[in-house]
Amino acid sequence: MNEHLTISKIKEGTVIDHINSGKALLVLRILGIGPQSRETVTMAMNVPSKKMGKKDIVKVEGKFISAEELNRIALIAPKATINLIKDYEIRRKFKVNLPDVVEGILLCPNRNCITNSKEPITPRFKVSLEKDIVVAKCFYCGKKITEVDKYII
Amino acid sequence: MMSRFRHLISIEDLSKDDIVYILEKAEEFEPVARGEKKSRILEGKLLANLFFEPSTRTRMSFEAAMKRLGGDVINMTAQEASSIVKGETLADTIRVVSKYADAIVLRHPLEGAARFAAENSEVPLINAGDGAGQHPTQTLLDLYTIKKESRLDGLKIALVGDLKYSRTVHSLIKALTLFNAKIYLVSPESLQLPEEFLEELNGDISIASLDEVIEEVDVLYVTRIQKERFPDEEEYRKVAGSYNITAKMLEKAKDDLIIMHPLPRVDEIHVSVDSTKHAKYFQQAFYGVPVRMAILSEVIL
Repeated sequence: MNEHLTISKIKEGTVIDHINSGKALLVLRILGIGPQSRETVTMAMNVPSKKMGKKDIVKVEGKFISAEELNRIALIAPKATINLIKDYEIRRKFKVNLPDVVEGILLCPNRNCITNSKEPITPRFKVSLEKDIVVAKCFYCGKKITEVDKYII
Repeated sequence: MMSRFRHLISIEDLSKDDIVYILEKAEEFEPVARGEKKSRILEGKLLANLFFEPSTRTRMSFEAAMKRLGGDVINMTAQEASSIVKGETLADTIRVVSKYADAIVLRHPLEGAARFAAENSEVPLINAGDGAGQHPTQTLLDLYTIKKESRLDGLKIALVGDLKYSRTVHSLIKALTLFNAKIYLVSPESLQLPEEFLEELNGDISIASLDEVIEEVDVLYVTRIQKERFPDEEEYRKVAGSYNITAKMLEKAKDDLIIMHPLPRVDEIHVSVDSTKHAKYFQQAFYGVPVRMAILSEVIL
């Protein structure tokens, strides 16, 4: 398939497939993977996909990312699928599940919200799907976010 | 018996059953609130009033409720708070004060402050207003006033004035939908109820003009146009005074119509209304005391 021509296989690690196109960098940000990380990361953007038209793919070599961490991806890529790879083989395959609550991932857009003050506080949002759109509601001030990708820390 | 709730942060945390329970309890405390009957049920208990924003009325009402039940009160005024704000976090202030008192009443300018404070408090915390957020004791006393002076079942109510910024109105609407009230929204266009708020509600709610509904409603709930919630002076002046209730406007009203206002009023209700049988806003202020007694005894005992 096309994508295998684009990115090479990895020996061991996590493959995140079916990411909404253009969101791969945000996925890495949610997972806390950046220049300071030790893992080798390969990424493909705008890969042709039968299901999605276009999609992004991220491969993180040498790291098995926990399901809890991966589920946060559902905030911006609700259709993402995860492949855990060992010896070039898929050992486990699953879809991300939208978590009920996310902490420390989204910033509240309400500038009068206590989470945007100097208090020792971690922003917390209740997350739900409304008509296929991810909606996050600030646990503290109640502000609702519908474009969550704009408010990722 | 276990308390129904430990903290009171938002009216949304209460079920209809909880609300009915508090209102019934308030009724039992009414003779004590009037000074006709003595009670010492909170003797030896200490309430801390922490007001980071000025509000004499709410603070005094809590103080009256606590003292009428034999308890005592320590206060931190907005002026004292401003010196704290510079150095200490709210989290630390709450941790310290919850060592002094048996319950805390908090008013704070930031939304969500009360929920955060409750997470840092060792004692029950009651939200007395957090910015444009929640003010649940006001909502409960409003409901109590409606119950006592009008009816909660089959109610038709018009909410008049600032429906955009008024936290009182937002909380009240949420609670009234639990009682299947028919709600009319009467406001200038720039102060309409926020769309996203309306979407969340399941209720019989419609936008109307005062003229259309004055003959029909049981309650006219008037709010102050709050200057401090406006981004600029000009915007404020444009709408201020655009809703002024006079005795003449009430000629077509139902005989048992009641008029409520969270007070302080500016000029939303003309003084000519005060002497009519419809005026209930001062009685409403009194009802704050038995309702707060019910809440205090619920969380402290």
